[in-house]
Amino acid sequence: MSAVAELIPPQPAPPEALRRWTKTRVTGAILLSLWIIGGVALVLWLFAAWSPDKVATYAPKYLSGLMTTLTLVGISITLGAVLSVPIAFGRMSSNRLLSSLAYGYVYFFRGTPLIAQLFLIYYGFGGFREELQAIGLWVFFRDAWNCALFAFTLNTAAYQAEILRGAIESVARGQHEGAAALGLTRLQAFYKIILPQAMIVALRPYGNEIILMIKGSAIVAIVTVFDLMGETRRAYSRTFDFQTYIWAAVFYLIIVETLRNVWQWLEHRLTRHLKR
Amino acid sequence: MEPTASLGGQLYTLISLFDPFCGPVGFLNLLPENSLLSCGDTGWGDEVARGFFVTITLALCSLPIGLTIGLFLALAQQSEVRSLRASANIYTTIFRGLPELLTIFMIYFGLQIAVREIALALGFESGFDINSFVAGTIALSLVFSSYASEVLSSAFKAIPAGQYEAGHALGLRPGKTMRLIILPQLVRIALPGLGNLWMILIKDTALISVIGLGDTLRQTGIAAKVTKEAFYFYGIACLLFLALAMASSIVFSKIETRVRRSGVSR
Repeated sequence: MSAVAELIPPQPAPPEALRRWTKTRVTGAILLSLWIIGGVALVLWLFAAWSPDKVATYAPKYLSGLMTTLTLVGISITLGAVLSVPIAFGRMSSNRLLSSLAYGYVYFFRGTPLIAQLFLIYYGFGGFREELQAIGLWVFFRDAWNCALFAFTLNTAAYQAEILRGAIESVARGQHEGAAALGLTRLQAFYKIILPQAMIVALRPYGNEIILMIKGSAIVAIVTVFDLMGETRRAYSRTFDFQTYIWAAVFYLIIVETLRNVWQWLEHRLTRHLKR
Repeated sequence: MEPTASLGGQLYTLISLFDPFCGPVGFLNLLPENSLLSCGDTGWGDEVARGFFVTITLALCSLPIGLTIGLFLALAQQSEVRSLRASANIYTTIFRGLPELLTIFMIYFGLQIAVREIALALGFESGFDINSFVAGTIALSLVFSSYASEVLSSAFKAIPAGQYEAGHALGLRPGKTMRLIILPQLVRIALPGLGNLWMILIKDTALISVIGLGDTLRQTGIAAKVTKEAFYFYGIACLLFLALAMASSIVFSKIETRVRRSGVSR
């Protein structure tokens, strides 16, 4: 027997709460419409200012500048990754001299602006011309592109060494002990147990470092390397047309956003086994 | 060129009063008169010192502006209103994605063009040039604010909802809850991240030298060109930036211990 004598008849869904125009909603709408108006105005302006002969002159230059930027960043990130390994191990070494040397290197390159390092190498090494000629390195340091590559490699090696060190040290102590208990040698343990776990931790900082290098590489334009920024500056100095800078901004935003999304996908993909 | 913006100018004068290089107790005065770094007309010590103070002034001017914009951006990113979130995200995507150098050039040339166009529209000839200090401060504040918003909004996420509810239960209005309850905790959580951003800001100030501001890098660059001792003077510039980084890390660790002392130990 039930205590309920009659059932409640089915009711319509409650009316949707009235969404009032609060102050935040008004602000949001105003700000967003400002962005939209700005964006549309920009597109219209670019459309109006579109001139076929300027495009014919400068589009190939922009593309070659883009390639220069990507090549420069690609090579220096790769070389920096190689160089970062001994530095990271030096940082972790129990040898006082080695670890303080590595620490000094990292501190110098992370504590000073990249542009100052580039000037130090490009203009500074020019002062040692005779010495460099004597050991045959002048051919290398004479060229701005090589100097930029050298400076970027040293700089990114310092940052990557810190990423690598942080990632390796983040692997729990028990993992080392587990590997030792299984009878793996230290090298085997490093390659099969420590490194795979460290690389997952390091993935996101590595992505950030690549993006930082792409953005940072714009300064090579100051030392006469015609990367994307250099071509932009050259185009602006010839045309005095502000859209040269707008196009550079569009290119840089596309590269950075693409890279960011690729990295997000990569991270999602590589950490599938960690998701619950 | 010296900073002529009134606030920047005053700050600059205040900082250069405590000149450790060529001031009344400056250590560079100990150098012999004809060395490269001695003060006065014979050496470059005072010029480089002036550039160093411009660097500090520029960073100190951009910091409060960037922090304020960053805080509002973080609040917007927290908001339930979708349009507000979207507009904040557009802002951070743009200024985090653009190279700092490009932002600086765009602000510098863009402002100049804008001022000229507005002046022409109002019907008079403009002989007004945008000060590179002002343009630099604006550009660095924009970049700093978009990074600061990320740090601050992750700090906001670390504060449990119970804190807001407690403020509400005590009868505080939302603004007061924010000021009295949330912000003090926010500072504690966000401080290490903001410290990193400050270091990045100091390094970014070096880029303003390319639009002609006489900061550390430009002044040492001029000295390098005149004396042909490029390695020496750019080395000095690097050392000055290193000294600034070291000093900031000391100050920040002091602030952090101080702020942590007032926190509840959990």
